[in-house]
Amino acid sequence: MSLASTITHPPEPEIHASHDVHEHPFYQKHHFETAEQQREAASFGMWLFLLTEIMFFGGLFFAYLLYRNWYYDAFVSASNSINMVMGLVNTIVLIGSSFTMAMAVWSAEVRNKKLLQIFLLATVVLGFAFLGIKSGEYYDKFAEHHVPGASFDIHDFVHPQPGTDEKALSVDMANKTQIFFSLYFAMTGVHALHMIIGIAILIGLLWYSRSGIYTEGYVQPIENFGLYWHFVDIVWIFLFPLLYLINRH
Amino acid sequence: MSTIVSLPDQTTAALPKRTYINNEHGILSWLLTADHKRIAMLYLVSITFFFFVGGFFAGMVRLELLTPAGDLMAADTYNKMFTMHGIVMIFLFLVPSVPATLGNFLIPIMIGAKDLAFPKINLLSWYLYMIGGIFVLTTLVLGGVDTGWTFTTPLSTHYLNTHVVTTATAIFIAGFSSIFTGLNFIVTIHRMRAPGMTWFRLPLFVWSNYAASVLMVLGTPVLAIAIVLVALERTIGIGVFDPTKGGDPLLFQHLFWFYSHPAVYIMILPGFGVISEVISTFSRKRVFGYTAVAFSSVAIAVFGFFVWAHHMFIMGVSNYSALVFSLLTMLVAVPSAIKIFNWSFTMQKGSITFETPMLYAFGFIGLFTIGGLTGVFLGALGMDVMLTETYFVVAHFHFVMVGGMLMAFLAGIHFWWPKLTGRMYPESVSKLAAIITFVGFILTFFPQFVVGYLGMPRRYHAYPPEFQVLNVLSTAGATVLGVGYMLPLLYLAWSLKYGAIAGNNPWQATGLEWQIQSPPLTENFLETPIVDHEAYDYEWLERKTERELQYVG
Amino acid sequence: MSDQVKTNNNLKPVDADQGNLDMHDAPNVMNPEHVAHHIVSPTVYLMIFGVLMVGTALTAGMAYVPLGAFNAPVAIAIACTKAVFVVLFFMHVKYSSKLVKLTVSAGFFTFLVLCMMSLLDYVSRAWGRW
Repeated sequence: MSLASTITHPPEPEIHASHDVHEHPFYQKHHFETAEQQREAASFGMWLFLLTEIMFFGGLFFAYLLYRNWYYDAFVSASNSINMVMGLVNTIVLIGSSFTMAMAVWSAEVRNKKLLQIFLLATVVLGFAFLGIKSGEYYDKFAEHHVPGASFDIHDFVHPQPGTDEKALSVDMANKTQIFFSLYFAMTGVHALHMIIGIAILIGLLWYSRSGIYTEGYVQPIENFGLYWHFVDIVWIFLFPLLYLINRH
Repeated sequence: MSTIVSLPDQTTAALPKRTYINNEHGILSWLLTADHKRIAMLYLVSITFFFFVGGFFAGMVRLELLTPAGDLMAADTYNKMFTMHGIVMIFLFLVPSVPATLGNFLIPIMIGAKDLAFPKINLLSWYLYMIGGIFVLTTLVLGGVDTGWTFTTPLSTHYLNTHVVTTATAIFIAGFSSIFTGLNFIVTIHRMRAPGMTWFRLPLFVWSNYAASVLMVLGTPVLAIAIVLVALERTIGIGVFDPTKGGDPLLFQHLFWFYSHPAVYIMILPGFGVISEVISTFSRKRVFGYTAVAFSSVAIAVFGFFVWAHHMFIMGVSNYSALVFSLLTMLVAVPSAIKIFNWSFTMQKGSITFETPMLYAFGFIGLFTIGGLTGVFLGALGMDVMLTETYFVVAHFHFVMVGGMLMAFLAGIHFWWPKLTGRMYPESVSKLAAIITFVGFILTFFPQFVVGYLGMPRRYHAYPPEFQVLNVLSTAGATVLGVGYMLPLLYLAWSLKYGAIAGNNPWQATGLEWQIQSPPLTENFLETPIVDHEAYDYEWLERKTERELQYVG
Repeated sequence: MSDQVKTNNNLKPVDADQGNLDMHDAPNVMNPEHVAHHIVSPTVYLMIFGVLMVGTALTAGMAYVPLGAFNAPVAIAIACTKAVFVVLFFMHVKYSSKLVKLTVSAGFFTFLVLCMMSLLDYVSRAWGRW
């Protein structure tokens, strides 16, 4: 990696000529001694927030682990009924958006406003693409009566479409597919909610980036948002095989 | 050995001209403040309000239990009363009590920082707390909730027609307030310490708040997701906890207690910190075994995540795991006992004075020891099967939380009141209040151990007549306790205007917070302090005082 | 704009471990948790993006290969590897302080505690489905 990861250091923060002895960059809050201290505090704080996110999703992942082992057959059939191609495309879209976000952080670090805006915009577009495909999937599930609740229907699992090699489930086991779909909607729903919040913040960042504050040394907001966005990506990296690919062969 | 320091003469003390209180004026300067001291005061007012709301429900519960028959209120009204008591007291009082008020005020000052790392998030956390509180009050107006504070499934998801979702929203939002407070503390303690303020020079109050913050950050989100799933199950009928759809109700219990057991350490750990400060100051001695006390806080936080299923012994967890969890529960007793021993040894050969905070601290040590030891009874598998869901559990929990935490909170409030407001409260009345609280407490909750041991179940509005004597004692004690809590409210409010001027360091304590003016400046310190002494170094304080006397005099 | 990165005169003094030696930064110099800020180059990001794409293709492909009981471990192993790459490079943990590394591991450790201690109950139930 030594060739690729050329480690460099950020440019010196801009210094306002106004103050006398205590010269601070414009973005430094009064209660920090140095800009560096502020940056590290902010980044550490973001990591702690992601820690709470790990535990928030952790509860759902544990529920998944439990029921997948209890009702494996139901989970296989239910998993095979969701559209794997859409899931795969979404994975690629989301990893792509993670890449553009990483590039946006880099653009801010090297103080290139034009590139920063391009990459932020690309991330927004990819985020919307993900949500669009996701809502397509949700629509299919809704049409198939696979949404848990009063209108849930197990017909597709007890009597699979002729021509597919899908195994027919007993009524008892087919009822357990509702657990899968509960978890599917809870996990992807909470994930999508994080995406929506993320896109809203991204648009805000895009708006404020016009003034150039993020490209004059104040990288912190972009960097921290990047951490959040990559975390959302990681959650999906786990959700994709767990929900779409339980037993496809 | 202890260093004998005479308390400064308070008649010459004067209020400083510029403080965080008179720095800005008007209601907006408080509601939009980013100053950790002002936010702490906002918290203090709001948690006091919710404490008395919760206290009202406790009063109603005790009043109903005065007679064996369910004559004051119907069974479901009674259920709502104890549920609201639990929810208000736990989520709106105990969890934020010491960290959000005293911790918020003091942690930045104790480590020599100008503010918490994220002042705006600190304000946001107060607003989230208030929104959570408003949701709880909304529930109350709509007709209450009667799940018990534990939201046990499938009771909460299927069998109740009360406002579970509103309450769940309240707890979800209040939970985020707690997460943000914890996050802020951790970052502040890691990143904002003044030069020379190493980890082992931190006051123990900071250590224990740090441990509690770790629990807040790691535990609360699990409660959040469990509560979200309960709300989803009620509204759209997903089946994660529903046995008829193949879900496991015990999964909810696992997720709930994964937070809610560590939550009792979130509540008690900051209290431990207060007691360390108070005992050391009024014994004029460094805390015995500083490192052991510091690490015991961390140990409690770590062990706290390994013991939750002891709340579930009779709920159908496997015998094998019940055995393991019972054994692990015994581990928590070790660091708690270390603390009690070390506080006792701190007092040994100290020059003890019996100021009001010290009286509360004495109350804490006695009551917490009883509460902690009965916790060991309940952690033992065989005993728990007999005693759980009886008043023994209620008594144990209240000994730890009211006898422990509330005593610590009051000790802390009395200890730092001169720093918070610059005023002293009347000495004799406050000592009387401390004694009334202690007596009232024993009278309220000790009979509950007996009545629980005799087999009276909790959460019923009627009971067999042979338990009446003990219940009357308990209700009588609750009245005394109520007086004990009203008194501080009155004289502390009185002292705001009429109290004697306290001066910078009325107790001759060593923390950085006592070396600045009271009440402090908005910036806390005029210049960043450089720390060159260990924590609780009374000889350093004596030398410093002598130097100042020579310099000024 | 990007010229500034290449010039040497705006680099802060660092020691061998990339720790900051800037003397105006007194509290942070004494803070052993401090690590200087690094910029990861686009080449690295592009390579990681490639690795993630290969991982995605691999995880989708492996799902169609009948491996019996090993399908799930393989899928989780690939997902973990991808996550590690994202955490180390996209999220800069490789270049971050020990404190951040510790924070990340604390999160996964606590999640494992939640799983393991709960599973202890589920796998040993006399009436269980395990």
